Amino acid sequence: MSGPQRLAEVFVELADTLVDEFDVVDFLQVLTERAVELLGADAAGLMLADQRGGLRLMTSTTQRAGSLEAFEIQSSEGPCMDCFATGAPVVNVDLAGAGERWPAFTAAAAEQGYGAAHALPLRLRGHVVGAMNLFTDAAVRLGEEDVAVGQSMADIATIGLLQQRSLREQTVLSEQLQGALTSRVLVEQAKGVLAERAGVDVGEAFALMRSHARRRGTTLTSIATAVVEGSLDARELAPS
Amino acid sequence: MTTTRTTEILSEVARGDVDSAVLPDRLVALCAQALPVTGVGMVLMTDAGPAGMVAASDGAAATLEELQFTLGEGPCVDCSTSGRPVLVPHLAVVGGAQWPAFTPGALGADVAAVFAFPLQVGGIRLGVLDLHRDVTGPLAAPDLAEALAFADAATTVLLHLQAHAPAGTAVAVLEDRTEVHQATGMVSAQAGVDLASALLLLRARAFATERPVVDLARDVLSRLVRFDDEA
Repeated sequence: MSGPQRLAEVFVELADTLVDEFDVVDFLQVLTERAVELLGADAAGLMLADQRGGLRLMTSTTQRAGSLEAFEIQSSEGPCMDCFATGAPVVNVDLAGAGERWPAFTAAAAEQGYGAAHALPLRLRGHVVGAMNLFTDAAVRLGEEDVAVGQSMADIATIGLLQQRSLREQTVLSEQLQGALTSRVLVEQAKGVLAERAGVDVGEAFALMRSHARRRGTTLTSIATAVVEGSLDARELAPS
Repeated sequence: MTTTRTTEILSEVARGDVDSAVLPDRLVALCAQALPVTGVGMVLMTDAGPAGMVAASDGAAATLEELQFTLGEGPCVDCSTSGRPVLVPHLAVVGGAQWPAFTPGALGADVAAVFAFPLQVGGIRLGVLDLHRDVTGPLAAPDLAEALAFADAATTVLLHLQAHAPAGTAVAVLEDRTEVHQATGMVSAQAGVDLASALLLLRARAFATERPVVDLARDVLSRLVRFDDEA
């Protein structure tokens, strides 16, 4: 699925994002998109521990996957929840045969048209700080090498979350995770503001903010803040 | 965002037929009781800085707020600006460098450790829940989870107070749903109001039409429902 050359390129791209103008929402979004590409999946998403014992949705590559993940969190059932609870990967779940293990999740996944699911833990020493989900429409299996690549991506996500701070204490981890979740909600709100102002859907709104951040060499979160505060005009973002 | 514990806290705080105005007082008192801390304060925040105390469980909490309001610096201010918790288990060690004006005053009020939690929903900046104690050391993981549950409850209480809704509805807790956040942004642009008011409009209409907020949010995103000229 992924040539070693492309794999190396992706790792370099991700390493490059981890310097100065670092934005956690953007970084994790890029990471999940690359995971989809490298592993031949149809969608990917990340959930982070909310430090209250639960998980919260951080990012997903499609709205369809996002809905399924939100459902998984709500119903506390599915591969990702098990992966988070045990800290072990849950891969190659053929959804056609998983009805007994996760009845609600399997039904919801079928409704969204997914055939297989995989969950890989975001681990940090003794802690599990979240999980990465992969979904495919067909019930295809990931080979050992693909699973290893997927786990590397999950590990890079963990590193990204802790970037710029060495993890001396539990408290630092909480600060980082909460900050990431706050930024994510802000970006969602900004997508809505821009979707309305520019007359586009939320997916396009996100693409516009992201490319504007790239052009200006600034962070996605600062663009989102400017959109929400109204200091950045929609016309500047959406050149017609 | 909503956990069972948050719901429990909210129903405890809103127990009985109470005036909304006492919700913050009850919340800080309950929080100070439930956690190994000396006191708890709930502070309103704006982009310009601290905007006033909503509730304080003891004198030191009030002093901390007073100091930050006057000086414009301190853990609460940083917490509000960054949108993340600011956990200072050893104020005497690290405080002087970070907050040179605030720290001596806080230490003088017998505050050895401060834990500030943002009361925010993305770009909706409401305030800070400020826990302090007279001994140093970090909050243990279960205490941290409890403090975050109180912060979620406090966020709901502040949103509710803004709405001037009847007390019983404080338990209508905000859900962390992508569609709701996105729709909040759209409504804000449609009605020409800030995000906090937009969220209130969404919740109020959902309540009035007896629908789950997330359903209404989906209709907003599909442009089946609009909120023009509501402000």
